[in-house]
Amino acid sequence: MNAEKNRHAIERDFRLVADDCPVLQHVVHGKRLVYLDNAAMTQMPRPVMEAMQAFYTHYNANVHRGIHYLSEKATDAYEEARDKVARFLGAPEAESIVFTRNATESLNLVAYSWARENLHAGDEVLLSVMEHHSNLVPWQQMADEVGAKLIYIGLTPEGLLDMEELRQRLTPRVKLVAITEMSNVLGTIVPVAGIIRLAHEVGAIAVIDGAQSAAHLPVSVSELDADFYACSGYKMLGPTGIGALYGRMELLQKMRPFNYGGSMIGHVELARTTWAEVPQKFEGGTPNIGGAIGMAAAADYLTRFGMERVRAHDQKLLAYAFPRLREVPGLTSYGPPPERRGGIIAFTLAGVHPHDIATILDREGVAVRAGHHCAEPLHHYLGISASVRASFYIYNREEDVDQLVQALHKVKEVFGG
Amino acid sequence: MVDLDDIYSEVILEHNKHPRNRGRVENATHESHCDNPVCGDKIDLSLRVRNGRIEDVRFLGEGCAISQSSASIMTQMIKGKPVAEAEALGEEFRQMLLEGDYEPNAAKLGDLIALQGVKKLHARVKCAVCAWHALRAALTGTATVSTEEE
Repeated sequence: MNAEKNRHAIERDFRLVADDCPVLQHVVHGKRLVYLDNAAMTQMPRPVMEAMQAFYTHYNANVHRGIHYLSEKATDAYEEARDKVARFLGAPEAESIVFTRNATESLNLVAYSWARENLHAGDEVLLSVMEHHSNLVPWQQMADEVGAKLIYIGLTPEGLLDMEELRQRLTPRVKLVAITEMSNVLGTIVPVAGIIRLAHEVGAIAVIDGAQSAAHLPVSVSELDADFYACSGYKMLGPTGIGALYGRMELLQKMRPFNYGGSMIGHVELARTTWAEVPQKFEGGTPNIGGAIGMAAAADYLTRFGMERVRAHDQKLLAYAFPRLREVPGLTSYGPPPERRGGIIAFTLAGVHPHDIATILDREGVAVRAGHHCAEPLHHYLGISASVRASFYIYNREEDVDQLVQALHKVKEVFGG
Repeated sequence: MVDLDDIYSEVILEHNKHPRNRGRVENATHESHCDNPVCGDKIDLSLRVRNGRIEDVRFLGEGCAISQSSASIMTQMIKGKPVAEAEALGEEFRQMLLEGDYEPNAAKLGDLIALQGVKKLHARVKCAVCAWHALRAALTGTATVSTEEE
């Protein structure tokens, strides 16, 4: 009876999340909007917008310099935001969180400030074939620059990272392992804790792309023992233009700054400059204060909700969606079984190009992404040029899957399948 | 609001299913490749031009129904035509899709008018013009072109 009551309470909470997000109330092309493009961007609940609005309405001022009431209030809010994001990610201290524009900038920060200095000719960088371009192109560039070699780990037939291959190729020549914790195409969850341990055994550092996992899985960078962890605000109910990089303090302290300018300096003389302490050293220029406050409010929202429940909700929707999608003739889905992935399903439909599918789904009110989802090498690896991706979040429900399946039947109808 | 039938009309679906002039022209005088990186559409175009006339034109490629049907209709319409006429047709087609309140010349455009509905799908206009980019590139001696270059 209690379990039943509990289940109803959870159902109600998920319904409340949908009610909290104004965008989700829209009707598109005369149909109820079914938003399934969450891996690209999640929708913002009202409390997140209100937190940002409070900043712009009541204490909009620059941080870390003004000796006046508003500036002190803004500085407190900005540093409180850092503290909240640190707690959300399980970081040992707030100072180990650097605010950036997004996960891409976080990863570039590591590439320019750590890899460029610490990678040398002949060193190896280990990646997987399912990396998002933002966790691939920066390493490609750095490898080119210093003469390091990239090693790509493949997938098992099931769509999981091939751990056997990883163990074989993770030799002491590898200086950096850069890997996603959750694929933005296949949804594959990567056992990064074990990979980080293996990386440390050979003396490599581990950079984790948490753009998807921060939104879908309970994360603790301390428990993972990650050296760097990157994530974006807008993929976890927050606004665009704000992201975070967690870095191990002793690494951050030794690294060069990333953006030179105001806010990141100790003292400036005409000929030389000393740097501010971590994390200010990496936050040149006035930061996105309102964005940081929004990201922290999103982290609070998710914490109140509970990341274990976010994960359970993904599992529930995947378990419902898989058999329903199999009803659609000619549909092929990619990636591991539901229990080994987060709330993402990439698929193709025989004889219809993914962009045509997305256009027709859009007319049916269903928002998905079509293309290579910034993971072109993965699509080549899978032997396809593009796919359709439906990605869920906490406000999605079974009826959204029903509308997706119905729209896919419409695609078959239009293309005469 | 655009109706689905305005985009995926009979003509487009038919050309997508049974594309005309697929392949590579023998003894081609002009060749080009166009990429639409947004959608991943690819068109390989080859032509044999003699005395200012397009004797033969064929295409290879993969992509969405809009890009492939546009290429198919294009080859059908420009085959045997003077180069200048093909270029003028391309110009008319571009204007139909890219200019806000342009009244297209239906008689001139023939089956291409079926692609008019694409105009309202901003993200898909590039799919429709990919083949025409390839044509212009081939005729001006550019080997590779992208829909991002305009």
